[in-house]
Amino acid sequence: MMTRPRMNAFRFAAPQTFYPLAGRLVPWFAALAAALAAAGLYVGFGIAPEDFQQGEVYRIIFIHVPSAWMAMFTYLVMAGYAVLTLGFRTRLSAMMCRALAPTGALMAAISLWTGAIWGRPTWGTYWVWDARLTSTLILLFLYIGYIALVAAIEDEQRADRAGALLLLVGVVNVPIIYFSVKWWNTLHQGASVSLTAAPKMAATMLTGMLLMSLAAWMYTIAASLHRVQSIILERERHARWVRQLFA
Amino acid sequence: MTELGTLAWALRRDLRLAMRRRGDALNVLGFFALACSMFPLAVGPQREWLTRIGPGVIWVAALLATLLALPRLFEHDHTDGTLDAMIASGRPLPMVVAGKLIAAWLVTGLPLIVLTPVLAVAFSLPMHALPTMLASLVLGTPTLLGLGAIAGALTLGLKAGPTLVTLLCLPLYVPVLVFGAGAVEAQVSGLSPAAHLALLAAGMLVVALAAPPVAAQALRISVE
Repeated sequence: MMTRPRMNAFRFAAPQTFYPLAGRLVPWFAALAAALAAAGLYVGFGIAPEDFQQGEVYRIIFIHVPSAWMAMFTYLVMAGYAVLTLGFRTRLSAMMCRALAPTGALMAAISLWTGAIWGRPTWGTYWVWDARLTSTLILLFLYIGYIALVAAIEDEQRADRAGALLLLVGVVNVPIIYFSVKWWNTLHQGASVSLTAAPKMAATMLTGMLLMSLAAWMYTIAASLHRVQSIILERERHARWVRQLFA
Repeated sequence: MTELGTLAWALRRDLRLAMRRRGDALNVLGFFALACSMFPLAVGPQREWLTRIGPGVIWVAALLATLLALPRLFEHDHTDGTLDAMIASGRPLPMVVAGKLIAAWLVTGLPLIVLTPVLAVAFSLPMHALPTMLASLVLGTPTLLGLGAIAGALTLGLKAGPTLVTLLCLPLYVPVLVFGAGAVEAQVSGLSPAAHLALLAAGMLVVALAAPPVAAQALRISVE
């Protein structure tokens, strides 16, 4: 049979074609993550100057801020995949949701943990019930709730769609996190990086933070692609292409 | 049958069922009163403390009592097959859900609010704060039920259902709790609770419009 070679935007929406692509991409993203993290940590801990108010303690932002961003952004990406899942019943998008959830939860946990370490010397306490901390905690609970829900449902299709619906309900929370600083205006310092105003931090500090943010992105992509490969194999284990793969 | 007819039908049906099983609603009410009564025993009977924690305690207890009421919302109808029949009947499912939610509020939400003045006295809440306390509960408890209906529908028939509902609901309940208890807090400390109450009302309106269709969609996903 003759098949015409054609470009199809949805070619990689099929788990069978996405599996080898993900396998090829994972090493690249993992290597980029390692290189960017090494550069970011070098800039952040080696080059960036000491903060005149906070001293050396501030350096934890090179981990804290990227993980907090990543935790929020990952949830948005999952919500995007949730729309695809509910709207087009695409299987791969639901698998991506599942693959992203543990990394998102990890990022939220890291940002809370590093925030607590930073808060002790700076605010004098590990934890304050300020709006931003609390909403990051809620974000972590949203991740845990999603993971628990999809784990509790045995039927794959139901788990995918129920999880997607929960993500869409939960995504209302993410803007609340972001704007909570403005709304409730409590102990937490205002956002230090803004797209509209000139950055208030030294250029090297900003460079370090952006490098670490990119590293967090690359890590998240690598980890979720690796995880989605396992999910694809598990779900398609009876498909012929998987059996041929391990023949 | 019209949309509103369906809503009225579901409302009447659930109210009648609740009247036949009065124990369920009374259990929720008993839980609410008992949960509130545990706090003075735990923190001590000093009136200043009780006045201080009263609004928060009553709100948390109301929230947990609502969680207790959630499994009944769809679970009975699911196990005896009524839910499948409702979906197959072609009646607008969001309207069925809306009717069930109103019934659930009348059966569990409203009694909590009626009991609240007694608990407010037990916590030495200043009398001038009582109207705000009641208003915040009137505006907040429907939101709790609406969000809970979505979680209840998503976890329909699961073994881990009740625990999972708690896990899914509590994060979503946080804003309601913050503004609900915050309204009373503001009133007690001499500030205007208007902003809190307005936000609660806004939340209730959004949930009143969004929860029935979303929960209906969740029910479809769960029984498909």
